Amino acid sequence: MKHLLTAAMPRDEAIALLDLAEDMHQIQDREVKKLPALRGRTVVNLFFEDSTRTRSSFEIAGKWLSADVINVSGKGSSVSKGESLRDTGLTIAAMGVDGVVVRSGASGAPALLADWIGRPVVNAGDGTHEHPTQALLDAFALRRRIHGDAARGKGLDGVRIAIVGDIAHSRVARSNALLLPALGAEVTLVGPAAFLPVAAADGTRLGVRAETDLDLVLDEQPDALMLLRVQLERQGGHVAPSPAEYITGWSLTDERLARVPEATLLHPGPMNRGLEISSRAADSDRSTILEQVTAGVSVRMAVLYSLLASDHPSSDNGGAR
Amino acid sequence: MTQPGTGVGGTTARTVLGADEIARALTRIAHEILEANQGPDDLVLLGIPTRGVHLAQRLADRLGDIAGIDFGPRVGALDVTMHRDDLRGRPTRASQPTRIPADGVDGKTVVLVDDVLYSGRTIRAALDALADLGRPRAVRLAVLVDRGHRELPIRADSVGKNLPSARSEHVSILLDEVDGRDAVTIEDRAQGTPAEGGTA
Repeated sequence: MKHLLTAAMPRDEAIALLDLAEDMHQIQDREVKKLPALRGRTVVNLFFEDSTRTRSSFEIAGKWLSADVINVSGKGSSVSKGESLRDTGLTIAAMGVDGVVVRSGASGAPALLADWIGRPVVNAGDGTHEHPTQALLDAFALRRRIHGDAARGKGLDGVRIAIVGDIAHSRVARSNALLLPALGAEVTLVGPAAFLPVAAADGTRLGVRAETDLDLVLDEQPDALMLLRVQLERQGGHVAPSPAEYITGWSLTDERLARVPEATLLHPGPMNRGLEISSRAADSDRSTILEQVTAGVSVRMAVLYSLLASDHPSSDNGGAR
Repeated sequence: MTQPGTGVGGTTARTVLGADEIARALTRIAHEILEANQGPDDLVLLGIPTRGVHLAQRLADRLGDIAGIDFGPRVGALDVTMHRDDLRGRPTRASQPTRIPADGVDGKTVVLVDDVLYSGRTIRAALDALADLGRPRAVRLAVLVDRGHRELPIRADSVGKNLPSARSEHVSILLDEVDGRDAVTIEDRAQGTPAEGGTA
């Protein structure tokens, strides 16, 4: 693995990353939360989009592996002065950094950067395209919920997961739709027709099912529900249901929560309580929302370790590049 | 005992320890550990993956038999991958689980258990890894085979067999739990295929 640009990866590679994340997870219980594996390495968090949770998570992950971590945000940097992505990337690479974590509003920006700078690049979210570490941490949190401490080596075989909300604008949904089936899960995308991507709605191009009726899907008693944030800022001129229509059709209300008493609940955050998820659902003991945040650090440690610890990557497959 | 046998790579290898000898060596090491510690109090065994973990478990069984107490809760595994000083020079290493006994290692006498003592770099990494977990009262080292060629000033407290070897020779530790049989073999790399295991 040279870069992590997409969540599309072979099952064995995904499980190896999740297992490594299990090892990283252990250090959260320790007095000294530090491993020396990336001592002397420098990682730049290049965030052209605002993000507190993902940036902090990558920063903590890098620091717990003893890397030097530098945060560069789009605002107030040379990017806001008109510098191109390529020049920004080349400048940072010329400073001798060993890896770049990039978040950008432009789909495909991390892949371009990876081609230009010749250093490992991690996609921390690009436009409406992908967010692979989020999908990995979702899988990690869900696998732990299902298998507990015996999760190592296991996939999500036969686990039925419904991803609910604005699928079309969600890079989280896309990455999950790529990763979860590779781990053996059965994924159903659920949302208003206007929020379903054509590729998913017209068949099985993604290897997943698409539905518009959440209540029908709940009748099937899925093992897990992933509620997506309604991203009003990303919808542009898209025809979208009003908040009232959305709540009626696709919100996990208290009533719907009661109908799926066994389902594990996931949400990538930040939540709009009362819109896509009720407060009772968010705070219930079936919610993994805070476990997902904790898992984020472990998964990002695993990714940074895999990309940066060795000068001799053990494999270079097409999936994760 | 020195006899020809089949090495891991299918080449000719000398068997220098058989199953019975490994069993006797572990029993002797268990007695040495108890004697040095003046009893079983506050002893913790941490095996270094992969084979060290199985050896630590076997030692715990023997210690339990000798001391008449259950050593199960005092056995763990200490992965040293993240603390190695050669991470950059080799392909990415997969780590193994670290399991620490529930009572932790603070104030305990920790016996690190590994299959082969060679350069000493694994043990250096283990000492670093252990320091992240707590502050043992003392740290001891028990190995099944010491083959020499130290690159660091590290010495084992208990050794199953001292096995002077050339650097070109490959020492393989085979354990029933991993390899389906117990044996220690040695073969010359110039003649045979390098085998996995026991290169620590």
